[in-house]
Amino acid sequence: MNTDLKLAWRNIWRNKRRTLITMASIFFGVLLNTFMTSMQEGTYSKMIDNVVGFYSGYIQQHHPEYWENKTIDNTFQPNDSLYRIIRRIPTVTAIVPRLESFTLMSFGNNTKGAALIGIDPEKENRMTRLSHWIEKGTYLQPGDNGILLAKNLAKNLSIQVGDTLVMISQGYHGASAAALFPVRGILKFPAPTMNNLGGYIDLNAAQEFFSVPERLTSLVFMVDDYGNVSQTRQQLQRELGSAYQLMTWDEMDPVTKNMIDADRSGAYISKGILYLLVGFGIFGTVIMMIAERRKEMGIMVAIGMQKSRLAKILFYETTLIGLVGVFTGFAISYPLILYLVYHPIPITGEAAEAYEQFGFEAVMYFSSQWFVFARQVLIVFLLTLTVYLYPLVKIYRMKLTKALHA
Amino acid sequence: MKVIEVTNLIKIYNESEVKVNALNGIDLGIEEGEFTAIVGPSGSGKTTFLNMLGGLDMPTAGEIRVGGTDICGLSSSQLIDFRLRNIGFVFQAYNLIPVLTAIENVEFIMQLQGTPKQERETRAKELLHQVGLGDRMNSRPAKLSGGQQQRVAVARALASKPKFVLADEPTANLDSKSTENLLDMMEELNRKEQVTFIFSTHDQRVVHKARRVITLEDGLVISDERK
Repeated sequence: MNTDLKLAWRNIWRNKRRTLITMASIFFGVLLNTFMTSMQEGTYSKMIDNVVGFYSGYIQQHHPEYWENKTIDNTFQPNDSLYRIIRRIPTVTAIVPRLESFTLMSFGNNTKGAALIGIDPEKENRMTRLSHWIEKGTYLQPGDNGILLAKNLAKNLSIQVGDTLVMISQGYHGASAAALFPVRGILKFPAPTMNNLGGYIDLNAAQEFFSVPERLTSLVFMVDDYGNVSQTRQQLQRELGSAYQLMTWDEMDPVTKNMIDADRSGAYISKGILYLLVGFGIFGTVIMMIAERRKEMGIMVAIGMQKSRLAKILFYETTLIGLVGVFTGFAISYPLILYLVYHPIPITGEAAEAYEQFGFEAVMYFSSQWFVFARQVLIVFLLTLTVYLYPLVKIYRMKLTKALHA
Repeated sequence: MKVIEVTNLIKIYNESEVKVNALNGIDLGIEEGEFTAIVGPSGSGKTTFLNMLGGLDMPTAGEIRVGGTDICGLSSSQLIDFRLRNIGFVFQAYNLIPVLTAIENVEFIMQLQGTPKQERETRAKELLHQVGLGDRMNSRPAKLSGGQQQRVAVARALASKPKFVLADEPTANLDSKSTENLLDMMEELNRKEQVTFIFSTHDQRVVHKARRVITLEDGLVISDERK
């Protein structure tokens, strides 16, 4: 072993208890921070998945005025060349057509305003796994003339599978739209807000209902990786020009994005406090190490050790304490987090109700993305470097004759 | 041949409000192979003088030449390197590196000099045998008596093949038997290998062994006696 490293390693074990306490403080700091970060990122990821996978997709293509004025008049008619352009972009993994508008739905004496979404049942199911959320009844078949209703909406209308729903709306260019749709199934989504959303019918039926044959309000795109969203949107915009508006999931749902950003900022404070405690733990140990060994360090310089080499040994000591703590923390947190990724923690009782009121699933999800762990190593390393400034200054300002008589 | 030449050495401490004149103009030469004791009452300037000779502190005025090099003109880093290659130190409280074994302590200084592993191992073993610690090479300082630790310190001081060894009160913490053994050993090294030793001491046993005794008082040499 390199002599300097050997010296550093032996030095840190001169006071075993103190070193172990310092390492333990780093270990718990890493463990808690990894746990918090993993839970945060897992929750954010699930929220984005919910938004993207349940409904919005990563990117949507609209008529340029649709988002500002969501009427059936602001639709567009896709053609083969449009699909060809989109299919040439390798990061786009799915293209799902939709026609959406607002309708009045009525059954018996109950009438409710709700969204009506025309979908291609197969494509929609591949992207949003819509059939997975059927609680009662069956999923739509291609060319189906029935409707799927979200659970709360069906409950408010007091309608059951097999009943027929009356729908009234405004069609293309002011035409009136009215039709009857038998209820094929009731949908129960895990995200409670989705349960109030509205109804799903076959795309052709929707186009006929709104008198907009072959027209769409949106093309929904899935992208191979979350990191490629921005680049894909730019490429789409370049290819499609200004004839269409392209929006990413966070532009369509700024509330979720802002909530994630705000939550992240809040968590930085609590994690910062934890790291500060860890930092002071290391700092305290380093102060004591230096105070105890002032004379010894003076002797080393007196007999011929350059201060830079002494600084290197102290750097090894500080880093070794940090690294042993951080890697022990990593070794314990990694399997724990992996377990939690595959076994998320369900929330029960009043907390679960609170979660659902805010539109979240009452489950704590975890993330095992590399940066959840890498960040801890980096932060503790930076903390160690900061703490190391103290012995560094002490060594270079050391007065030899004073140190020898310390 | 002179190992050390000191010319008009003055040291004034300015750290407190009152100036302290520790050395007031010392002129001195030390020949190769001398066994010299520097004596004098507390406050006479012994330790300050030794610190100057060892390049551990800088004089206010004057010149110190070691082997022809004016050490006062060296930078801090050059001075460390100069000490490593030219001066051996033996301290009152032994001051071995506690986490290294006896042989590692002796090897350490050669390692700083960049001596190859094989060579430094052989020399360290040889030196430890010479100081009578061939059987305690792998013991850490805490497992050695004071006398044994001071022997390791002497071996360490000699490991770098210095021009001279500075020993600051080397027997102050030793019992009489250990003192006698240590002095005999150093005297033998001096006689056989012409190692130059300079001691600062209060110990009369060291003074008796020394072949030259320099007495300081109030920062001046008041006597320089050769036996």
